[in-house]
Amino acid sequence: MRRLFGHLLVGLLAVTLVGLGLSAETIKLTVTARAVRGGVNALLVQWLEDVVFPAFEKWMKEQGKDVEVEFIQFGGTDEALKEQYALDLKVGRGADIMGFDGFWIPEFDAAGLVKPLDEIVGPAVWEWEDWKYIPPSMREILGYKGKVYGLPLGTDVRVIFYRRDIFEKAGIIPAGSGLRWQPRSWKELLDTARYLKKVLPDVIPLQINAGTQMGEATTMQGWFMVLLGTGIHMYDFESGKWYAKHPGILEALNFYKTVYIDEKLGDARTQLIPGARARTFELFRDGKIAMLVEGDWFWRSVLAPGSEWAVPNRNEVVDWAMMPAKEPGAGYRGQNFVTISGGTGFILNPNTKHPEEAWALMRFAFSREMQLEFQKLQPRIRARTDVPVTGDPVMSEMAKALLPLTTVRPMLPGYPKISYEAQLMTERVVAGVMSPEEAMEAYAEALKEIVGPENVIEE
Amino acid sequence: MAFLAPALLFIGVFLLFPFIWVLIISFTDTALTGPSAANPSFVGLENYHRLFAPSRWMRAGEFGNALRNTLFFVLGSAILGQAPLGLLIALAFHRKKGLLREIIFSVATMAWILPDVAVAFAWIAFLDRDFGTLNAVLGALGAKAIDWYFDKPLVAITLFNIWRGTAFSMLLFSAALGNIPPSYWETAEVAGATAWQRFRDIILPLILPHFLTDLILITLWTFNTFTPYLITGGGPFFRSETVSMYTYRVAFKFLEFGRGAAVAVVMMAINFVLATGYLLSLRRRRAWR
Repeated sequence: MRRLFGHLLVGLLAVTLVGLGLSAETIKLTVTARAVRGGVNALLVQWLEDVVFPAFEKWMKEQGKDVEVEFIQFGGTDEALKEQYALDLKVGRGADIMGFDGFWIPEFDAAGLVKPLDEIVGPAVWEWEDWKYIPPSMREILGYKGKVYGLPLGTDVRVIFYRRDIFEKAGIIPAGSGLRWQPRSWKELLDTARYLKKVLPDVIPLQINAGTQMGEATTMQGWFMVLLGTGIHMYDFESGKWYAKHPGILEALNFYKTVYIDEKLGDARTQLIPGARARTFELFRDGKIAMLVEGDWFWRSVLAPGSEWAVPNRNEVVDWAMMPAKEPGAGYRGQNFVTISGGTGFILNPNTKHPEEAWALMRFAFSREMQLEFQKLQPRIRARTDVPVTGDPVMSEMAKALLPLTTVRPMLPGYPKISYEAQLMTERVVAGVMSPEEAMEAYAEALKEIVGPENVIEE
Repeated sequence: MAFLAPALLFIGVFLLFPFIWVLIISFTDTALTGPSAANPSFVGLENYHRLFAPSRWMRAGEFGNALRNTLFFVLGSAILGQAPLGLLIALAFHRKKGLLREIIFSVATMAWILPDVAVAFAWIAFLDRDFGTLNAVLGALGAKAIDWYFDKPLVAITLFNIWRGTAFSMLLFSAALGNIPPSYWETAEVAGATAWQRFRDIILPLILPHFLTDLILITLWTFNTFTPYLITGGGPFFRSETVSMYTYRVAFKFLEFGRGAAVAVVMMAINFVLATGYLLSLRRRRAWR
């Protein structure tokens, strides 16, 4: 009896070992990003899981490799994802390929948490013949100090989205005229908001992001869009210093004060409650917000068919206008209109156990064929010069009008902290706890602590 | 000594070492990202100085503001809320049996043992300005709807915590009351004592030591609880940010562990005072017996 058991045990062990041996041949790759099927960035999940992964697995199989790719959905905020990445990378773990926002790179690189592609995979990275289709400006999105860390899904621009149906109801645009609205100055923009408030008191006329709840969305879609309109940037690229005190900062803060405190043209509550950004999407979808300053992501992902916040007849009821400078010609670099660009994409995790296969997957996903597939789902400005914006005239038009006017955030490790201070500055004004002067004073104080008093400009 | 070695080792590895580690980190600029992550350096008392910088420590989003909120939260939800309410329920059902008692005790205990996240979601729905149950009830009573998260966030989390934690006080007092020998009640009855006299002369002296234990324990827990973060996120504009949320924000928002550790050390000091109070009260009780 005992002997029988012994045989059985040995047999079982053998089977288990063989099983293990077999499964070890399958290489498992994981990819993660802030994307959820049917939720935020749903189209990215669709593209990866339904198109890229099966095709990639098949392609690898043809080369005699068993590769299984899994997408790990992340439904939290960008800030929560960043925390998760920092913790994962610090302990040497994390998905093999990570969806990354370009402006996180300097901060993570300074901590040694991320590495350039050619350090992870080796110089073989540069043998990829498709690099010639990815121009330097695109490589810089996930780049730092001349090194390339990943490949961007594309770049973006920021505009004012407005509801045509509300504008027509208020009589700002004659119904069925096909005319478009475009303010030329802050005064025109605010006057439109004032008029909407008078005619349609139930609608929030203008929502421009403020506060820390919105995170980077406040800095990019809110603070920069206003500040650039006063003629300055947060950072002076020439002297390498940050603007701590400047009449432009005060003007921008007063713009916020006019909108949220003095005239209540926007709803401060919506900015300050948890889940603020999703709340603005909801209100815009339901026709409760007339004008919302957002990135083109809002158009191609948030409002797009299949999304949680889809507007069914988007192309008829939603339109866009460029964000005007305070007065014509008063904007950054003397511009009439302003915008700013960023970009997200994918990087390789330096801790990956399969750098070659992971890089193969990246290359595959960023091949012309796969990018064209994504373009079918979500037309936008892509990283490859041989992949045009097709099928969405609105996207093409936004890119054409605004890419020549755009600027970027400074790629510096200190930026995220300063960005948070800028968000806090707008929050202090919008919550009504500080005057613009006091808020700027507090910002200047924090800025000096972060970068040192020698690196700030006070005018 | 050899007999105690495993226990001492356990304490050393899981309590003493982390404590000393946090203490050391609190004097450095250790971070998870950014330049100081690669080469952390010793910064002396700077982290503590930033916590208590007098020019701004009461400003929204700073440590003093969080401390003030915590004080209100602990006072309101533990000392004025959970303890008296728990005692009241225990007294109301003292020496009584029946369905009502079972229902009340079960419901209160459920509120205490349910998982944090589920409870937080329920309360978010409960407190919603436009569709929340609480405002619906208030509306039915003719009161005006209150924007709980936005206008009364600190009151909202205080109410939440009373609901969440009353069960502990209730169970503790209920057990304490059950421990009073039945002969006391019989004697009181024979002597013709009124309800108030029974409360004053029998119940109060016998449960007073338990009251102290209860207060110190729930104060400790309430001081450290993090669940309200799931409801208000500390906002709006830091008006419901307690010290535990502040620690989280400092340590995890910018992943600045040095600064976060400094807050943790201050929190530990406060906890230490509370725990000492608890231990002293236990000792006094023993001596008193």
